[in-house]
Amino acid sequence: MSTSLSKIEKRTAYTLLLPAVCLVFAIILFPIFANVWISFKEVGLKDIRIPEPRAKKIIKNIKDNNSELIIIYKLRNSSLVQDIREVRFSDKLPKNIEPINLDKRCEFKSSKVKCFFGNWDAGYRENFEIFVKDLNNNAIDSQYIKSNKPDLNGKSNNILLSTDFTLKNFKNVFMNNNFLELLMTTFYFTFFGTLGAILLGIFAAQLVNQKFYGRTFMRSILLFPYVGPVVALAYTWTLLLDPNSGIINSLLVNYGVIEKPINLLGQKYLIINILGFELKLRLALTTVIFFEIWRYFPLAFLFILARLQAIPKDLYEAADVDGAGPFRKFFYITLPQITSILSILFMIRFIWNFNKFEDIFLLTGGASGTLTLPISVYQQGFAVSNIGMGSAVSIVIVLLLITFMIIYFKLIGKKANEI
Amino acid sequence: MKFKSLIITVFASSIFLTTIICIWKIISTLQGLSFTSLNLNLNLLLSLGLTLICIFIGNKFNHILKILILSSSFTILYTFLNESSPLWFSGGIFLLILFFTNVLRKYDFKYLNQDFISEIIVFEFLSLFAIIFFALVILFPFYIMFVTSFKTQTALLINPLDLSIDFSKNIIEIFKSYFVIFKTYDFGRYILTSSYVSIGTVLITLLFAIPAAYAVARLNFFGKTFLSTSILIIYMFPAIVLVIPLYTVFSQLGLRNSVEGLLIVYTATTLPVAIYMLQGYFKSIPKEIEEAGLIDGQNWYGIIIRIIIPLSLPAIASVSLYVFMIAWNEFLFSLMFLDNPKTFTLSRAINHLTGDAETPRQYLMAGSVVVTLPILLIFIYFEKYLVSGLTAGSVKG
Repeated sequence: MSTSLSKIEKRTAYTLLLPAVCLVFAIILFPIFANVWISFKEVGLKDIRIPEPRAKKIIKNIKDNNSELIIIYKLRNSSLVQDIREVRFSDKLPKNIEPINLDKRCEFKSSKVKCFFGNWDAGYRENFEIFVKDLNNNAIDSQYIKSNKPDLNGKSNNILLSTDFTLKNFKNVFMNNNFLELLMTTFYFTFFGTLGAILLGIFAAQLVNQKFYGRTFMRSILLFPYVGPVVALAYTWTLLLDPNSGIINSLLVNYGVIEKPINLLGQKYLIINILGFELKLRLALTTVIFFEIWRYFPLAFLFILARLQAIPKDLYEAADVDGAGPFRKFFYITLPQITSILSILFMIRFIWNFNKFEDIFLLTGGASGTLTLPISVYQQGFAVSNIGMGSAVSIVIVLLLITFMIIYFKLIGKKANEI
Repeated sequence: MKFKSLIITVFASSIFLTTIICIWKIISTLQGLSFTSLNLNLNLLLSLGLTLICIFIGNKFNHILKILILSSSFTILYTFLNESSPLWFSGGIFLLILFFTNVLRKYDFKYLNQDFISEIIVFEFLSLFAIIFFALVILFPFYIMFVTSFKTQTALLINPLDLSIDFSKNIIEIFKSYFVIFKTYDFGRYILTSSYVSIGTVLITLLFAIPAAYAVARLNFFGKTFLSTSILIIYMFPAIVLVIPLYTVFSQLGLRNSVEGLLIVYTATTLPVAIYMLQGYFKSIPKEIEEAGLIDGQNWYGIIIRIIIPLSLPAIASVSLYVFMIAWNEFLFSLMFLDNPKTFTLSRAINHLTGDAETPRQYLMAGSVVVTLPILLIFIYFEKYLVSGLTAGSVKG
């Protein structure tokens, strides 16, 4: 009895899980593995469109009473790189209408014209004509003929399914002189973005954890940067920081803080002179990091606030009795209570920031020294149109991510489950 | 002790007053007033004087009378000493000083005599600074986005700092950017597409996630622990590594440029976190309720529909709002998959607007307001649910 019940339970569990697991497998796991496959191939963006035989129909009258027509099919191979084999063609003609002097490649059967065109090379074009005549010498409805779409099909090689592999993509990724810089930029961005967001999150959480007038309002607006759509916020910031007529530059010039506007998003380095030492600051990268901090500190804030509110009140009451001031309370009670959560938060936010694409893409597009790994995937795959290279960079990201996750689970995986 | 705390109070509070006056001045500059100097020294001196007077008077008089007299006299002094400015600017200064003197109410000599008072004072003023800082840093871009959408191209070129809305124009002129983006740029259609995609994603995600979450939370089956850990790991994989294979496969299947393609991808990417959040809530429902249902002859499906779903409506609400937000704000996949303006979502449409360098910025900002406003309103209205969704979704995954 009990075994059959557990069998039913198992079966139910699998049925309930099946749709979700299938979908996740198809859209998330399959692409990750497909990346491996594509990264070993030389594939460009233009190669992935399956070549199709296409036809455009044009109709010409030859007789005044419209009883004879020429139908011109502009035939072409949609791909400029790949052949199509065994192209077959068929088109339907209305009743009582028949072709005259039909091409050798074609035959006419039960009011259908069927042709076999054989092989079409890449970029093949042909104007194929059929003369048709109404058997009863009536006018032919040319609109009707035009509305009939011909059927075309053929065989072609799918470059993605072939088994030619190459190591060229990985060679290009790793041998590239800029690879080290790419990696360093990604780590700068990730590390400082995460650190800044967490620090700001601690401040914000500590603030909202106190009682003051307008506290609920403050808590809501603190989440705005994250809740708002990234497209709108990134463009607003681009506008604010614009060197020509951006508000921030105009204000600074207006109040005499700077003499000339600074292109905060378009300038790679800012040279600062401190006591004779020349310091090169990655300006655009710094600006992007600040945007990143601005947009993602709400998440750190939320999580830290939840932890702060769980700290037992009597700890603070005891501190009050001992006569500790607010700073002492913060450093000796609050901070030790939240360190474990901060380490988890840091790891997770690190992984997430490492993958951030939209923010940098919308602000600078990866220009002026802000090229990170995710942006590089896009650039290789879609700007340079080299899908294989893009996949190879994706593989680098996945491998690094797996490393981070292993570190994460080794270090604090157990703690994470307790919270 | 008393002297030290007095000095700290005076300095902290006068810096605070100077800061808020400066911020008010900068905001007024954006309303078209042509200030070119913040007059920091003068402001600091005035604030110092005001603080000292406030503390020395203490609570000897009626509080309201005191702050009214102090603020009006200092406002007049301020206006007299600074460059000429319209009445509303002075009104703002008056309100700021009123607020400030009210804050200073508790700082009398008795208060300053407490233990550890200097630390407390620094902490209190730091909090005040933090409130101003966060409010400014967060709201300023939203404010700029909003007001820029009401300007015209020529006005912005003449004076980029003047963001005041000209109310003397008729209402159609003021809202012109909005009319243009709806008429010329077809934003009505994009709003519909975005809503359709977001609501569709929520419904399909729930349809798939509720049964799966129930199975993970309640039923025993082979591979359960493996599945529940892999949910989180899968959620960590970013969209950017999925994009190239999905792009190639979707191109070959003809799913690019279709809303259905987006629906599938959005659902799959939000499913892990939805399952994770729901199963956590399902586990907290007492088992006895379900057992009662089993005895009544319900099968598993009946239990899910009649018992689990009605009991976990709050969790379902937060998952729905979270998923809605993700789908509404999503950009990467809509950028990759959609190139036909007929299938654009709002985010993609705004990105498309910037592709043309000629597009005036007020149209861009009007579009941004159109995409931002709904999600902010939803957030404000359902804050409680969305916050719990955000907390679980952002950090656990």
